[in-house]
This record gives sequence, C-alpha cells and structure tokens, in this order.
Amino acid sequence: MNLTLKIWRQLDASDKGKMVDYKVTEISEHMSFLEMMDVLNEQLIASGKEPVAFDHDCREGICGMCSMYINGEAHGPDRGVTTCQLHMRMFKDGDTITIEPFRAAAFPVIKDLVVDRSAFDRIQHSGGYISVNTSGNTQDANATLISKTAADKAMDAATCIGCGACVATCKNSSAMLFVGAKVSQYALLPQGQVEATDRVMNMVHQMDLEGFGNCTNTGACEIECPKGISLENIARMNREFLKASVKG
Amino acid sequence: MALNSKVPHGPLKDKWTDYKNQINLVNPANKRHIDVIVVGTGLAGGSAAATLAELGYNVKSFAYQDSPRRAHSIAAQGGINAAKNYQGDGDSTYRLFYDTVKGGDYRSREANVYRLAEVSANIIDQCVAQGVPFARDYGGLLDNRSFGGVLVSRTFYAKGQTGQQLLLGAYSAMNRQIARGKIEMFNRHEMLDVVVVDGKARGIIARNLVTGEIERHSAHAVVIASGGYGNVYFLSTNAMGSNVTAGWKVHKKGAYFANPCYTQIHPTCIPRSGDYQSKLTLMSESLRNDGRIWVPKNLEDVKAIREGKLKPTDLTEEQRDYYLERRYPAFGNLVPRDVASRAAKERCDAGFGVNATGEAVYLDFAASFERYGSEQAKIQNISNPSPEKIKQLGQEIVRAKYGNLFQMYEKIVDENPYETPMMIYPAVHYTMGGVWVDYNLMTTIPGCYAIGEANFSDHGANRLGASALMQGLADGYFVLPYTIGDYLSDDIRTGKISTETPEFDAAEKEVTERINFLINNKGTHSVDHYHKKLGKIMWDKCGMSRNKEGLEEAIEEISALREDFWKNVLVPGTANEYNEQLAKAGRVADFLELGELFAKDALVREESAGGHFREEYQTEDGEAKRMKEFQFVSAWEYKGEPKNAVLHKEDLAYENIEVKERSYK
Repeated sequence: MNLTLKIWRQLDASDKGKMVDYKVTEISEHMSFLEMMDVLNEQLIASGKEPVAFDHDCREGICGMCSMYINGEAHGPDRGVTTCQLHMRMFKDGDTITIEPFRAAAFPVIKDLVVDRSAFDRIQHSGGYISVNTSGNTQDANATLISKTAADKAMDAATCIGCGACVATCKNSSAMLFVGAKVSQYALLPQGQVEATDRVMNMVHQMDLEGFGNCTNTGACEIECPKGISLENIARMNREFLKASVKG
Repeated sequence: MALNSKVPHGPLKDKWTDYKNQINLVNPANKRHIDVIVVGTGLAGGSAAATLAELGYNVKSFAYQDSPRRAHSIAAQGGINAAKNYQGDGDSTYRLFYDTVKGGDYRSREANVYRLAEVSANIIDQCVAQGVPFARDYGGLLDNRSFGGVLVSRTFYAKGQTGQQLLLGAYSAMNRQIARGKIEMFNRHEMLDVVVVDGKARGIIARNLVTGEIERHSAHAVVIASGGYGNVYFLSTNAMGSNVTAGWKVHKKGAYFANPCYTQIHPTCIPRSGDYQSKLTLMSESLRNDGRIWVPKNLEDVKAIREGKLKPTDLTEEQRDYYLERRYPAFGNLVPRDVASRAAKERCDAGFGVNATGEAVYLDFAASFERYGSEQAKIQNISNPSPEKIKQLGQEIVRAKYGNLFQMYEKIVDENPYETPMMIYPAVHYTMGGVWVDYNLMTTIPGCYAIGEANFSDHGANRLGASALMQGLADGYFVLPYTIGDYLSDDIRTGKISTETPEFDAAEKEVTERINFLINNKGTHSVDHYHKKLGKIMWDKCGMSRNKEGLEEAIEEISALREDFWKNVLVPGTANEYNEQLAKAGRVADFLELGELFAKDALVREESAGGHFREEYQTEDGEAKRMKEFQFVSAWEYKGEPKNAVLHKEDLAYENIEVKERSYK
C-alpha cells in the first residue's frame, strides 16, 4: 500500500518543531508499524536526509520503550498493543497517518518522536520498592502465605510496562494509572504493608512535583493501556492515600 | 598468559561456602571510598548494582535505554529455575547441577554450575521479599511448572512475564539505592571503551546518547553486564539495541572471549514474513507438548500452498510428513531444541518450507483438539458428540493452556491458529559464549568482571529453559558481591581514581576519532545494509549447522564486508546530537569483528556439541558427535584482526558427574 505520513519533526528540546509530510510506497500489510518507519528511515538516509528519531527496543510489546501518538491515539488504533505490535493491516492503501510524540508537560520532547519519561523513574525512586537488602538469609519464600486472589491482582497491576500511554491519552496528562498500578501491587501484598503509608504519600507527592495532572475519571487511560491496567488501581491508590492521610 | 580458573579446592558441595569464609572483606567504612561501574541494568547488572550499593559501594550504572527497567531480561516468558523441592518430587541442588551440566553437553565448568544451583533457592526468597508476584496455588503457596525436558517441577513463574517481574524487582531494589544516592544512574548512555591503568580496569568512556557528549567515568572496578550478542545475526529474538560492544571493547583491551560459536537457536519462533523484517518473536517451547510438526510430503502441494491455491487443512494425513515423528519415533515432537531446529532447517532447505520465504513449517494442534475434546466429552457425559463439538471442547482446553500465545500469534501473523496450523521457524535467541571469567567472575583484565549472559561460564554449549534468569540473578545478587570484595580489599588506600590521566586521554581520543570517522565518511550504504549482509552470512554459514568450507568462506566474507563497511558506510547527522544511526554504526562495526571470531571458533572446534553442530561430526543418525579431545573452553586473545586471535584452552574436568552421550532413542 501507499501512504502519506504526517510526522512531528523537532530537532531538540529547544526547537519549536513542526509536522512534515512524507510518502512511503509498497508497504506490506504484514509489516509492523515500526518496520514501516524503518522503511521510511532507510529511504530518508538514502536521499541524504535525517531519519526520524523514535524510541523502540524489544519490539514485542514488553519493554515499554516505544511510544508514538498515531492518528490521535497512543500506540495507534488497535487495542491491547504497543506501537511495535501494531500492524499495517490496520490501515488501508492511500491513508494519511498522523504521527506525533506522546505529549505531556512532564514528558518533554528530546527529538522528533522521542520523549523524556524520566519523571516515571523519579516517582519510583520516591517509594516504588520494598526496603529489603539482598542477603542469603531472607525468610523462606513460602513462609508467608499469600492468597491466590491477592497474588493474581498484584500481578495484574505489576504488568504495567511504564510506557506512558495513559499520560499521553489523558486530557489532564495524569499519571494516576501508572502510579496507581505500582501502589496497588505493593498494597495487595503483605510484604508491602510495612511501608504502605510513606509509599503512597511520597509517590503521590513526587507525581505532583513532576507536573502530572489530576484524574477526572474519564477512563481513556484504561482503554489505551496496552496491558489493560484497570481503573480499579486508581481507586485503590485513592483509598491508600486517604488511609495514609488520616494516619499521618 | 596461562588461564587460571581459580576454582577453590575441596569437595564440590563445600567449595563456595569455604571460599566465602576465606576471602577478604572490605570494612564498611572503607566501602564508601570505593567506586564500582556496572554496565547494563538487566537481571545481572540491575541486581549487582543494587546489592553493591546496599553493601556501601558507590555505584555508577549505565543503560542505553531510557530507564533501567527496559533491559531485555524483561522479555523472558517462561520462568526461573530453583532447587526448592517445594513439590517434593526429588529435586535437589545436585539434580539442578546435574541437569545443567548435562543440558550444556558437558562443556561448562562444574564448580560454577554447582554454585549456581546452590544459590538458586535464595533467589526465590529474595524476589518474594521484594514483592515479585509469583504465581500461587489456592493454598497461598508458590506454584511451579515443569520445563524443557527435566524430570522435576522446579520452575517458578509469573504468568508468561517472569522476566518482566524479576527485572522490576531488581529495578525496585535499584530505585531504593538511587534514592539514597548510592547508585548514580546514567540512562541513555552507552559504554564505548574500558580504561585500563597499570593493568587494572579503572573506568570507562561513555557516550551520552542524547547530547552526543563523550564522558569519562572512573572506578575501582568495572562490571560488564551487557547481555548476549545474538544480534550478530541481524534477525534474532533480542531487542533492537542489544549489542556486543561492551564485551567486545574489554576483549580488545585484554579480556579473553570464550566459546563465541555456542549459540542457541530456538525452534518455536514466528517465521520471517519478508525482507523488511526487523526482529523475530519467540513463543514458549511448551507448545510442542501439544502441537505436531509437519510439512507436505509432495513438492507440488508445497507450491500450491505458497500460491494460495491449497490450504494446509486440505491435505490428508497421507499427504503430510510429520518429520520429527518419522525421524525420532521415541521422542517425536519433543526432541531437544537443537535437534528440532536442525530438522526444520533440513526440510526447508530441501524445498518444503510452507510460506512465501520458504522458511516455515507447520505446528498443528488439530490432533490435540480431538484428543482433549474426546476426553472432555467423556468427562462431561456427552454421548455421541459431533466432530464439531469435540473440536470445540478440545479448543477450550488448549485455549486455557496457551491462550496468550495463540493470541500473540494471531496479532502478528493475522491467521487464526485454532482454524489453521501455526507456522514456525527457528530463531537465534541466546548466546552461551561470552567474555571468559574465572570462578570470581573476573575477566583476564584484573578488576574487570562479566556477569549474566555477557559471560560464558554456566551453560556450556546449550542452555536449559528457565536458566538464564536464574544465572543473571545468581551472579548479581549472590556471587559477584562476595567475589568483588576480595579484589577491592586491596583498594582501600587507593583513593579516588583520576580521569585526568594519559590512559583516559588515549581511550577518549580513540573513541572520538572513531565517531568522527563514521560521521565524516559520507559513504553510500546505510548501517542496516551492512548489518543485514552480516546477518545473512552468519545465518547461512554459522547458523544451525556449520561445515569447514562454509566457515572458511564466512571468515573471508566477513573480513571483506568489514573493509567495505569502513570505506562506504553512510551515517547521517552529526556526532553532537541524538543520533541513533551513529550509535548503531558503532555496534555493527563491533559485530563485524565478533562475527569473524565466531566463525573462526566454530571452525577450530572440530566436534558437535549443544548449539554448535558441525556437519562433519555427526553420528549415522545425524546426532551431534562430541569429541573427547575438545572437552575444553576456547578462550580467545585479541591480536588485531579477529582471524589472528590466539586460542587458549581451559580444560574441563568432570569429577562429580559422569560424561555421557546424549541420546533421544
């Protein structure tokens, strides 16, 4: 198929940036979206132009590195996939595809479609862990029983890949789904209880410092999340936050 | 230099404990004056960085990704082995050790493997304490599954995302230390050289991938945890950025590189669909428990299928060749990974490949649908079930077992594997070879360590399923933090290492010159052009089976391709900006050297063992023929051109295990 691409080009963080049109031809429907971008880049390099910068790594939907806002949707039109798992069969010959970076004040553009998501790391530094040193004598893994329901729910929350689609999708650029997922994982496990109060207070505080917006329960994040992280995690975080605030 | 593996004396089961009791320690007050650099943040690098920081060392961690959490350990699906014997099925440290040495085709170091098995149980304890949500049963205890041809259930898992959860565990431990200021994290940074001062590794040269700035970082020790080199094949299941650069740079500065030819090629991957393909996707090998592998018997049918005139489901049983069942009646579709991979290649080379590229075979679940469906019909007391009903009942069972894999397949291939057989083809996914290390995990450069997939030590010529995660975390959490202390105890009076020395000047100059050369070359071909060509040579001549003639050609072809690369490569943009092509050019340049050494290693190893299959060395039934005189580790010393590398041998002695032939009869 032949396509017109409208792609955000921005030299660096200080550049204003603009949309630029490109044409690609003979795109196979079996290609992944990023392979289509590879074709474009090879074409640009051959004609002496700068290739489009975009983040990507594992190309199997788990590392969370790829981003891209495609035709107004984080990770494009398919559901439950990252951009690297999106296939060209979702488009048709003659389509015009708009490709932008994930946009949020807390995710500044580094170049073209590459954004800086280190705010997510800093939120994790503020409390996204259980304080346990490595030693050869931690208690036996089966010493504390954990109900299957709790373990499964913790796992559902822990599948978050930290891609930032929730932030890019949210009209408020809120990171509540991301933070809620991490808070939930630990809140659901006995190991996470000891530090539960400080954790939720610190992580929410850091989230606010980074400039993420608040949640107004639109639910767009849940729909665009490639891993199907549930809104329930935001509710659980709010509950944890309230509990922690009361306890002080 | 003679190789000294430094394996401690004494009985196998006491070696590690006795050794730990005797090595030197660093006083807590002195640890804060000692710096350690860790390159890579996967399971090995992440767990090492966190543990070293907890101990009190000042750690500098480097990742080329935008966050430590994205390292490719994250993509591991199946699980992690540990000799916990929670199932009471007879597992023990010795059994895990035995399975690993045997699975590695008797080409790994006994003492290292035993230590790995010994610390495996602690890994699970540690991860649970960190909040890793492993799968549990209804009683709240940890669940296990069995994996890859062993006789016990010792694999712990977190859905199909075990690697992700373990990495997030190590990442959380890192986060705690980053917050305390004990780990300084350098994201989007790539190590481009190691700096050796007075014979010791004392720092690295790194490039900031966002600004292009070249930076000097000093430390008392350098740990390489940069993963495997499967991307030398261009197409592999590795991440796009996975590379050999860190390992190769230390090799060029004096670290020996061991067994580069030991590569694992996994039989159940989704086939390539065209020349544009950028990477391959693996599906858990557990699929072979219920799928039957076949190609059509007649070439006319193959042709008709490729042209879309015939569907695989149209072929009768008589028109199909279940070649694994035909060749290996005893093991059938469950032969080991290397055998299954080679058999698929043999059929496809003979022209029976079933997709447009000619590189695919069928994995068919129809028989399982029927078997499970009939069983279910009996269990549910359905009399005279229709074939459709049986199929439907069977599909429900298969969906419960492999639903996520079927869904993944459908997303990529756009065919419904419940209605038509899956297509699969082998792909490169792990490299057992790597930087040579002694029992302390130290390379032949004093103060330079290699851990995880980046080293060579534990898997011999073939790795068992669910053992990569185990090794990465064992090295990082439980082995390196002890052994590195023994070395650093000599450095308590050294003080800060200066970066303003002739050695740093020279290393930085070399790095800068190379980058400037690449940028100013303004040639005619893109970096990918060369990477793809290299990949094709590697796959055709150093792939699933190798022979003398092909390997000799590969050495010459890679050498010529490298020369062409340095003359004609085109790298757009400048050195002082975010420039992915430039980063990639450096990585491909190193692959172009490694590939040649790889071929040379495969040429010299005149035997077949595990992932290394030489056509000249096979039994009458086409099995790998190991040779007694090759029971050694090949450790290569850099001498300019890779083809001039000098071979050093580390003989492997098996004192606690009997060396046997692997047999699938």
